[in-house]
Amino acid sequence: MAVGEVMRMEIPAGGDLTVTPPELHVLAVDDSIVDRKVIERLLRISACKVTTVDSGARALQYLGLDGNKGASDLKDLKVNLIVTDYSMPGLTGYDLLKKIKESSTFREIPVVIMSSENILTRIEQCLKEGAEDFLLKPVKLADVKRIKQLIMRNEAEECKTSSLSNKRKLVEGNIDTSSSSSSSHDDSSVEDIPSSKRMKSEFENLSSLH
Amino acid sequence: MGLVKMQKSLQDYTKSLFLEGILDSQFLQLQQLQDESNPDFVSQVVTLFFQDSDRILNDLSLSLDQQVVDFKKVDPHVHQLKGSSSSIGAQRVKNACVVFRNFCEQQNIEACHRWLQQVKQEYYLVKNRLETLFKLEQQIVASGGMIVAFEPGF
Repeated sequence: MAVGEVMRMEIPAGGDLTVTPPELHVLAVDDSIVDRKVIERLLRISACKVTTVDSGARALQYLGLDGNKGASDLKDLKVNLIVTDYSMPGLTGYDLLKKIKESSTFREIPVVIMSSENILTRIEQCLKEGAEDFLLKPVKLADVKRIKQLIMRNEAEECKTSSLSNKRKLVEGNIDTSSSSSSSHDDSSVEDIPSSKRMKSEFENLSSLH
Repeated sequence: MGLVKMQKSLQDYTKSLFLEGILDSQFLQLQQLQDESNPDFVSQVVTLFFQDSDRILNDLSLSLDQQVVDFKKVDPHVHQLKGSSSSIGAQRVKNACVVFRNFCEQQNIEACHRWLQQVKQEYYLVKNRLETLFKLEQQIVASGGMIVAFEPGF
């Protein structure tokens, strides 16, 4: 099971595939105590599990990306989404984003950047680096709901792709538990590329229009 | 005073804060996040804001009183205060921070001193008004009433 996958699919032989979506576990990163309180509530009210940290360094520590082997034991739940402030002392949200996308273990986790400043070059920079979305502060409930839907939809598509492939292999009597499936002819709109890259290619399409 | 009158007082008082521009719609967003499971959410966030802001304003005063002002230290404080005031809907504090920040960028010490005072004034104003608002709410709850969500209607 790849890190970041939300859905656990039970595949009974010849039976129907049913999905019960568990809660998203979100890691929220912000150096402002006020904003941490608000984002935590916004996420909880949107039925997410939330862990808040006050810096990029602590976020890396929590994920076990800071080189400390023991630290990854702190994490009891897989992280499905990272929401981070952009302007933080030390590691900025952008630095954190880069570190996550550079990591083979965590690059599939969607990262959303929050910022109080509506700077186009900043937004472009983050999207180019693979951010899923960019939220303007102050963050509203509608923003969080939208992000959640986006993430859940992406997870569902990825699960559908891998489950269709597994189902096909089951039928062919060749069970392959690898999740790196490729062919899905049933739904041509589902591309088997990570959501962040999809965002990136959409962005490139947009910028080529100018 | 009867409950109905108290609730009307609270609505009118809240409305005045919006009309005077002391609070903006972000405050309403926070109120929407409050419910029976989290009945004190707004006052909790606002209390954090007060504690955080007291600290920041103190640091700002110290930084600006130095012989040689280090604007690299001043700016992040103003940025933080701007952010947190925006997050709770303290519009006038936020707006004052924006102007303050511009003068920081220009390294205009005199204007910075002036605008620190302006920011403090706006902060004490919103602090005073919100403390009154929470007192009104407490009176209602103490009398067995419930806090009705504020409907702007404008």
